[in-house]
Amino acid sequence: MSGMYLMPALGAGMESGIVVEWHVEPGQTVSRGDVIGVVDTEKGAIDIEIWEDAEIAEILAPPGTTVPVGEPLLRLGVAGDRVPDPPESTPSPPSQARRRVSPLARRQAAEKGIDLTQVTGTGPGGAVVMADVEAAEQPAAGPSDAHRQASMRRAIAAAMIRSKREIPHYYLAHTISLESSLRWLEEENLDRPPAKRILLAALYVKAVARSLEEFPDLNGFWENGAFRPGEGVHPGLAISLRGGGLVAPAVHDALTRTLEDLTEGIRDLVQRARAGRLRASEVTDPTITITSLGNRGVDAVFGVIHPPQVAMVGIGTVVERPWAERGMVGSRRTVTLTLSADHRAGDGHGGSLFLAGVARRLQTPEAL
Amino acid sequence: MNEIETRVRAAIRDGFRQIAPEVDVDEVDPEADLREEVDLDSVDAINLMVHFHESLGVEIPESDYGKITTLDAMVGYLTGRLAGQE
Repeated sequence: MSGMYLMPALGAGMESGIVVEWHVEPGQTVSRGDVIGVVDTEKGAIDIEIWEDAEIAEILAPPGTTVPVGEPLLRLGVAGDRVPDPPESTPSPPSQARRRVSPLARRQAAEKGIDLTQVTGTGPGGAVVMADVEAAEQPAAGPSDAHRQASMRRAIAAAMIRSKREIPHYYLAHTISLESSLRWLEEENLDRPPAKRILLAALYVKAVARSLEEFPDLNGFWENGAFRPGEGVHPGLAISLRGGGLVAPAVHDALTRTLEDLTEGIRDLVQRARAGRLRASEVTDPTITITSLGNRGVDAVFGVIHPPQVAMVGIGTVVERPWAERGMVGSRRTVTLTLSADHRAGDGHGGSLFLAGVARRLQTPEAL
Repeated sequence: MNEIETRVRAAIRDGFRQIAPEVDVDEVDPEADLREEVDLDSVDAINLMVHFHESLGVEIPESDYGKITTLDAMVGYLTGRLAGQE
């Protein structure tokens, strides 16, 4: 079977993406999960993966092309098949001597001062059309930072409006002492080199994942009037970008990974998110979101659920508070955990048991 | 600027380029708290520590993180540790 590889929807509100580069060429065999190219979106440049074993038959969208979501990027053949010779009508870079340019494209190029010999043609027979000239106006690396930020802002706005319009949120909060867990962590990290030290964020992710195993109705999506459980537990981690905006890529398979492995994953994810190099699966797979304003000094964060997910866990700053325990008041480092959840998918009773489960697991980190 | 400090400053510049590419180290107030000045968070911080360990061979214990919250402090701390090793 041959088919088309389409521009993926990398998050709610994405309308189109710009092809930055291809890591494949016609005739090449690829396996499921391979990164085959890079697409620029308002979330930054995203490595796109292929979801089947296949052979690349033809690249339909050369670098620099803006392609709407759902439109073809590549034509695929079956792995092992001989690549058919491209039909006559296939766009291919023609020699400059007989290059065809549409009148509209020629006029536009003249107005914008664009060198037509540097423009890749995607029209019939490789002719340069209006869209090619428009694409050539943008640097191949993608839109400017200001443009990216503006479109990210719009995408966030659209998702949040949808969330607040459609999702009846309920909110819970729970403050716990983290003192013994932090001591455990400090001791655990004492003899580890920096690269092996465990981050507190890994404890949060693992505790949430473990509790989701017990309360799977918070791990998934509300779609077409019904709950669809997520395949696997892939918490999205809200990461603020210094230029403005945020992304919440997935920490894949959080349930089965060790704290050390999760830490490595989180470090890598944050660095790539800020450098604008996420993978498509990381952007599309989150089954719940965890937001932590841990360094920012706020006590608690009540998140707005990212549709179609049904829950968001919020983690506040670790702060020293007077704490009563067994009739004694002492000083403890504490944190406030919150849950925002979709009341269509579940009730506060289940939510409170879930949050208590997160709290209990956070307080016994050696068992995570 | 001695040779050690030159190495340290190069490692810091390189670290920020990888971990916080949008930050121009030359524009950062060397006495300002990096968490506030350039929004450095705990994950960025550990990534920087890993970078310093790999590039300079200086292993910074977690308990010292609080001592290197500004650029000046970072240069001073790393230079001191490297000089101590020689």
